[in-house]
Amino acid sequence: MKEISCKLLVIGAGPGGYVAAIRAGQLGVDTVIVDYQKPGGTCLNVGCIPSKALIHAAEEFDKVVRAGRGGSSLGISLSDPALDLAKTVAWKDGIVGRLNSGVSGLLKKASVKIVEGRAKFRDGKTVEVATEIGLQVIRAETVIIATGSAPVELPALPFGGPVISSTEALALTKVPERLVVVGGGYIGLELGMAFARFGSKVTVVEAEQKILPLYDSELTRPVLKRLSSLGVEVLTGAKAKGPSAKGDALLVETADGTEKKIRADKILVTVGRKPVTEGWGRDEIELDMAGRFIRIDDQCRTSMRGIYAIGDVTGEPMLAHRAMAQGEMVAEIVAGHKRSWDKRAIPAICFTDPEILSVGLSPDEAKRSGREVKIGLFPFQANGRAMTRQAEDGFVRVVARADNHLVLGIQAVGEGVSELSAAFGLAMEMGARLEDIAGTIHAHPTQGEAFQEAALRALGHALHI
Amino acid sequence: MGEHVIKLPDVGEGVAEAELVEWHVKVGDLVREDSLLAAVMTDKATVEIPSPVDGEILWLGAEIGDTIAVGSPLVRLKVEGEGNVAMAAIPEPAAIEIVATRPAAEPAPAKPSGAAPKPKPGPEPEPRSLAFSPRVGAPRPEGEKPLASPAVRLRAREAGIDLRQVPGTGPAGRVTHEDIDAFMRRGPQPARPGKGFAEDNTVEEIKVVGLRRRIAEKMALAKSRIPHITYVEEVDVTALEELRAALNKEQRPERPKLTLLPFLMRAMVKAIREQPGINALFDDEAGVIQRHGGVHVGIAAQTSAGLVVPVVKHAEARDLWDCAAEINRLAEAARNGTATREELSGSTITITSLGAMGGVATTPVINHPEVAIVGVNKIMVRPVWDGSSFIPRKMMNLSSSFDHRVVDGWDAAVFVQRIKALLETPALIFVDE
Repeated sequence: MKEISCKLLVIGAGPGGYVAAIRAGQLGVDTVIVDYQKPGGTCLNVGCIPSKALIHAAEEFDKVVRAGRGGSSLGISLSDPALDLAKTVAWKDGIVGRLNSGVSGLLKKASVKIVEGRAKFRDGKTVEVATEIGLQVIRAETVIIATGSAPVELPALPFGGPVISSTEALALTKVPERLVVVGGGYIGLELGMAFARFGSKVTVVEAEQKILPLYDSELTRPVLKRLSSLGVEVLTGAKAKGPSAKGDALLVETADGTEKKIRADKILVTVGRKPVTEGWGRDEIELDMAGRFIRIDDQCRTSMRGIYAIGDVTGEPMLAHRAMAQGEMVAEIVAGHKRSWDKRAIPAICFTDPEILSVGLSPDEAKRSGREVKIGLFPFQANGRAMTRQAEDGFVRVVARADNHLVLGIQAVGEGVSELSAAFGLAMEMGARLEDIAGTIHAHPTQGEAFQEAALRALGHALHI
Repeated sequence: MGEHVIKLPDVGEGVAEAELVEWHVKVGDLVREDSLLAAVMTDKATVEIPSPVDGEILWLGAEIGDTIAVGSPLVRLKVEGEGNVAMAAIPEPAAIEIVATRPAAEPAPAKPSGAAPKPKPGPEPEPRSLAFSPRVGAPRPEGEKPLASPAVRLRAREAGIDLRQVPGTGPAGRVTHEDIDAFMRRGPQPARPGKGFAEDNTVEEIKVVGLRRRIAEKMALAKSRIPHITYVEEVDVTALEELRAALNKEQRPERPKLTLLPFLMRAMVKAIREQPGINALFDDEAGVIQRHGGVHVGIAAQTSAGLVVPVVKHAEARDLWDCAAEINRLAEAARNGTATREELSGSTITITSLGAMGGVATTPVINHPEVAIVGVNKIMVRPVWDGSSFIPRKMMNLSSSFDHRVVDGWDAAVFVQRIKALLETPALIFVDE
């Protein structure tokens, strides 16, 4: 096959890679993007988007189930709802498909050439791609590595049979009667809670002493409360030892050292994700590593000239929006603009029930940085819109410097708080002070009012509490 | 051409060394006879050193804050004629060589006239940091990232501006678009305080020299050697204030206006007559107490340079008016810096007063080697219970410290109570017993 030469080659069409390619194309850079799967990467195909689709379906189903049991205080009643998970998954696949073709369309519109297949470095300027119709060699002046991450496998629980990763969990066509989730991080809890709402009997096995270890207990308390009301059993300090001999249960060593057998139709392993640093010829080029990640500088340059890396392969937090921002930045650098990573905050959301949102520093982190801080917390119990949505659990919390009131971090937990990330992120990035938030009119009645009230409370004069 | 060395003259009786507090000249300056070269400070007084000859300054013998022995070289001058130093004895031949060869280096006749005057030979005057120079630095505390919106950051980056160098005038020191405009117009500016709250991490280093050093040493000496006992008592000065007001009303031109101090001074003289141990100097190294017959009262006075203590000599031999006049004269001299060494030393007991600032009580530090100091606090009208009702009285606290090694607490209390009695019934001050 004829060699392709281009200015920029992007390896991996996940959120980081495709954004980099679109932006580079917009700027007139001759760009090629390579991926072996449909564009969108983990996020679009087997991550953020499909999981949110299933979580939404679970939410809707849970509502009608509760109404069917007479548990609705809204006066809605109906008889025995039923779920056809195969149809749900087909609907979800429809969304993923629409987005796949959307991304392809955007790439084409930006005049980016898409090559399907696995890419492998020959040297720093040459990559070969195993396509369906043979080996395609691509020579590029600049390469962006955006190979992403993959689920971590437990040696005691290799994927296969009843042991599944998040990818398979999103494609189940039948609700497992008993589901054991190994790993109480955000992925495990998002999916575990969704299946609990679909009707599974869910048990979460976490080796650490607490679930969602990245968030403080004030933030995770409403989630724990909801887990318990959903009948999800949470075993902390417990180690998964492997499947039982018959394969219908998980053997667990509990915190007190006893062995326990938990019946399971499916065992979902969500113990983290690892950067994909193998399988694309890393050995052919010389790249410095930072632990298990590729080492980059504040312009996403690797140790090798002309090679950039973005997204999950470059480190924590492994989040799509971080990769997108890096991709946009690198494309502009390649097009000759002066750019450098100068973001103040990367929001992180946990789509559990209720949702957790965190931007910037938590109170503990802020205190550890040696600053005197002011903290304002406003509970949704005192928010009218939250009441009308039956979403009174949770709060918005603002952390600011005590001396000049510069906002250092904003967190929230509650139903639908993920959408507040836009406001929180903007406040952080603009360098807002408490007075800026307190002085902004927030529309009534919305849950967002809790943001303004939290700032007012930090200033010592909240109005509605 | 010769060289004249000026040595530190004997600046006072028994003084072996002095601290250099100011240079009036620098190397290369031309000086006339009697123009001031330097100021040195001895125990209490500052002495100006004039030049005895005309000449050009070649060398300065000390830095500000150095202590110089009497008789050691202070300044070297180049003078017309022979000077007072034998050439061979001068330790820096290089400097002399320049002097010696200068005539040869004069512009040769062949050179075009109107040439720029040659720079002076000899050592370059070293810039001396006499005072703290304001720092020109980053516009925010070290390690703190500049705060700016994404749009401002992008604009700065594209313009090649390092935001760390741009002072932010927005809330919390945020860098605004206008700040970028200003920066592009003017370039980096020295740090200036922004609006609102900001941490200030600047550290100013100030050399403790001159009077301040003297005060620091004396205070440290007094506090480390002397175990202070401080006794605070309130005094009803209503009657005294009436008397003082009546006397001041007369307004005789030869009589100074009376403050409370001359009354206190006279009361102290009276109390000391009964307790001579209070008016003493304790030489704690020799283990000897000198009880003085003369009551020489130091008056602690605040000046722009710091605390000085002019002394009213022989208060026992002065009447009220005389005491008042002497206090006024000395206070004036101290404030103008014209007080002599003699006027600033020789006290046997000290009075300290913060005047209108007052305060409820103070813990005065004894003027070593004295054994007592009497502190005057502010007069305030306070309600006093007279047995049947509260009546407004002019009340004043006396906070007095004593050297507990040689003055027992009982004696200290007796002394203060005696003064209290005298001040509360001021006629007693003037009655001979």
